Amino acid sequence: MSTAATLYDKLWRSHVVREDGDGTALLYIDRHLVHEVTSPQAFEGLRLNGRKLWRVDSILATADHNVPTTERSHGIVDPISRLQVDTLDQNCQEYGVTEFAMNDSRQGIVHVIGPEQGATLPGMTVVCGDSHTSTHGAFAALAFGIGTSEVEHVMATQCLTTKKTKNMQIVVDGTLEDGITAKDIILAIIGKIGTAGGTGYTIEYAGSAIRALSMEGRMTICNMSIEAGARAGAVAVDDTTINYIKGRPYAPQGERWEQAVTYWRTLTSDADAHFDKVVTLDVRDIKPQITWGTSPEMVSTIDGHVPDPAQETDPVKRMGIERALAYMDLAPNTAMRDIWLDKIFIGSCTNSRIEDLRSAANVVAGKHIAKNIKLAMIVPGSGLVKRQAETEGLDKIFKEAGFEWREPGCSMCLGMNDDKLAPGERCASTSNRNFEGRQGAGGRTHLVSPQMAAAAAIAGHFIDVNEVKN
Amino acid sequence: MQKFKKFIGLVVPLDRANIDTDAIIPKQFLKSIKRTGFGVNLFDSWRYLDPGEPGMDPGTRKPNPEFVLNKAIYHGAEILLTRENFGCGSSREHAPWAILDFGLRVVIAPSFGEIFFNNSVKNGLLPIVMPATKVDQLFRETMATPGYKLTIDLERQMVTTPIGETIQFVVDPFHKHCLLNGLDEIGLSLQYVKEITAFEKERRQQQPWLFNL
Ligand code: SF4
Repeated sequence: MSTAATLYDKLWRSHVVREDGDGTALLYIDRHLVHEVTSPQAFEGLRLNGRKLWRVDSILATADHNVPTTERSHGIVDPISRLQVDTLDQNCQEYGVTEFAMNDSRQGIVHVIGPEQGATLPGMTVVCGDSHTSTHGAFAALAFGIGTSEVEHVMATQCLTTKKTKNMQIVVDGTLEDGITAKDIILAIIGKIGTAGGTGYTIEYAGSAIRALSMEGRMTICNMSIEAGARAGAVAVDDTTINYIKGRPYAPQGERWEQAVTYWRTLTSDADAHFDKVVTLDVRDIKPQITWGTSPEMVSTIDGHVPDPAQETDPVKRMGIERALAYMDLAPNTAMRDIWLDKIFIGSCTNSRIEDLRSAANVVAGKHIAKNIKLAMIVPGSGLVKRQAETEGLDKIFKEAGFEWREPGCSMCLGMNDDKLAPGERCASTSNRNFEGRQGAGGRTHLVSPQMAAAAAIAGHFIDVNEVKN
Repeated sequence: MQKFKKFIGLVVPLDRANIDTDAIIPKQFLKSIKRTGFGVNLFDSWRYLDPGEPGMDPGTRKPNPEFVLNKAIYHGAEILLTRENFGCGSSREHAPWAILDFGLRVVIAPSFGEIFFNNSVKNGLLPIVMPATKVDQLFRETMATPGYKLTIDLERQMVTTPIGETIQFVVDPFHKHCLLNGLDEIGLSLQYVKEITAFEKERRQQQPWLFNL
């Protein structure tokens, strides 16, 4: 057998503390990101069992799911949300964990602040009690979401008990045209392989189109690996990776930087490495994507139509389509362009970075949201993204166009705070999940790129972003 | 964690694919800082006709009589039979907590969301992966036979139907060991303190930049 290894093989091997005959390994964890929703029971477990935190300098914590996106100086009104955020603050204080609390200028969505701070680095294992930890794989890190028991396990042992997954490579070649973004690529991938297509695999995204993406774009793609069923996604290290990290607060400096870069350059798949599955796509075939249903695989293109369940031969799938259309209140064969919207949400760990905001601002500049849009909101991914956008004057562009400019957090991606859809409301959202009730009980979510959400805000219905821009 | 023993349990069929964790336990209930009490809100938006908020008295709610878990013939069910990709979505361990708190101990499906699967095992909930054709058969039998029960024998990795047909299933040996013995995984891992410490020391020397917060 050849010794050629995939990026994932390399990441895996370099973290195995010990392995059993059946492949169950104790995997060392370098970085542990923590937020308020999935950590309280883990801290409580430590306390109950009289256990210590293994390595406090591996943890970075922030409050993101419950925090309000409006004026924060008076704290959180909802007492249950407040208790959860206060509990995180107390736990971090008690254990000495670095935390960007709600009113810290660096606070934000955990998957935005890790990379932004240089707390996510190539070659790391990164975990968080949150499925979208896959985002950090964009840095050639092995990054995946864990449950609360595992959060406690990592806190107590700095390790996880887990098994190796299989290797999948998704190759996306070609040159991206105007109006097509990383979000369209990943939605098209999920449309192709399905939400269970990646189950049991770690996906490496490769090909000229991926290499041409910025780190923000790569994060968008890796973010939604979980929606493709995979636990983790990754992209190999290249100049784009290294340039992004340089100078960030927790990135190495001086001699250490050189040393680190030399190592990071090895974090690519060997040319003849074996993948258990390879999927290829040509970006020329990718058009702007919009989901029409209640699963991210229920996706169409802007010039497409809502499917007709009568055409589906598989009975389980047919029932799935019928249910989704009933929930979404859509008739079979409706043109995607004829779907009218109530709300627009630009934010979430998928699409709330500076580049996302720039691309949306570029679409709405000098225009105004349509009359039927009740609320269009921009929720930057972090305090620093927000500040950067304000420096560039993007906040003004958005406000003049009729958008609300909010404080950072998860917000209407899942509506644990006050930002929710009312029953029956329809939203173009740049987030990652269109599950029933995700954005509010009875709410209807269509997943799109920031550009497409911006274009829909202006038109009032879905429309090809190129038509709005011209 | 309780030891997982052989038992005979009533089956409730939930005929739906891709049931996500938002459906299993909607986000508003994740605000709790406890591990218990999620059972009354399991499948909340399907189970009740009125919108659910944390802290509501379940006695005052309007159950949806159409929803299968509310049907009298399935009261006391301990085995959930469902379709592919069950538990896809978020990492919330509140999902298996809610399922267990409701009284279910086994979920049978053709496939599961991976994090949900792991979370289940760590809490003593047994997810059984079965080929879609077998799941189909169990659906037919459950629907046709009121009071349909299955015997779940983890030790022998076997499900037995009321007429004595046996279906083998695969389970990871480590998971099986932990479930059968009700073992705390952290305790197990802490047996390797020396190995972890040695590994960490070497890592600190080779990649000092990783130890920086
Ligand atoms: S933005 Fe949405 S998907 Fe991302 S961490 Fe927050 S709730 Fe989860």
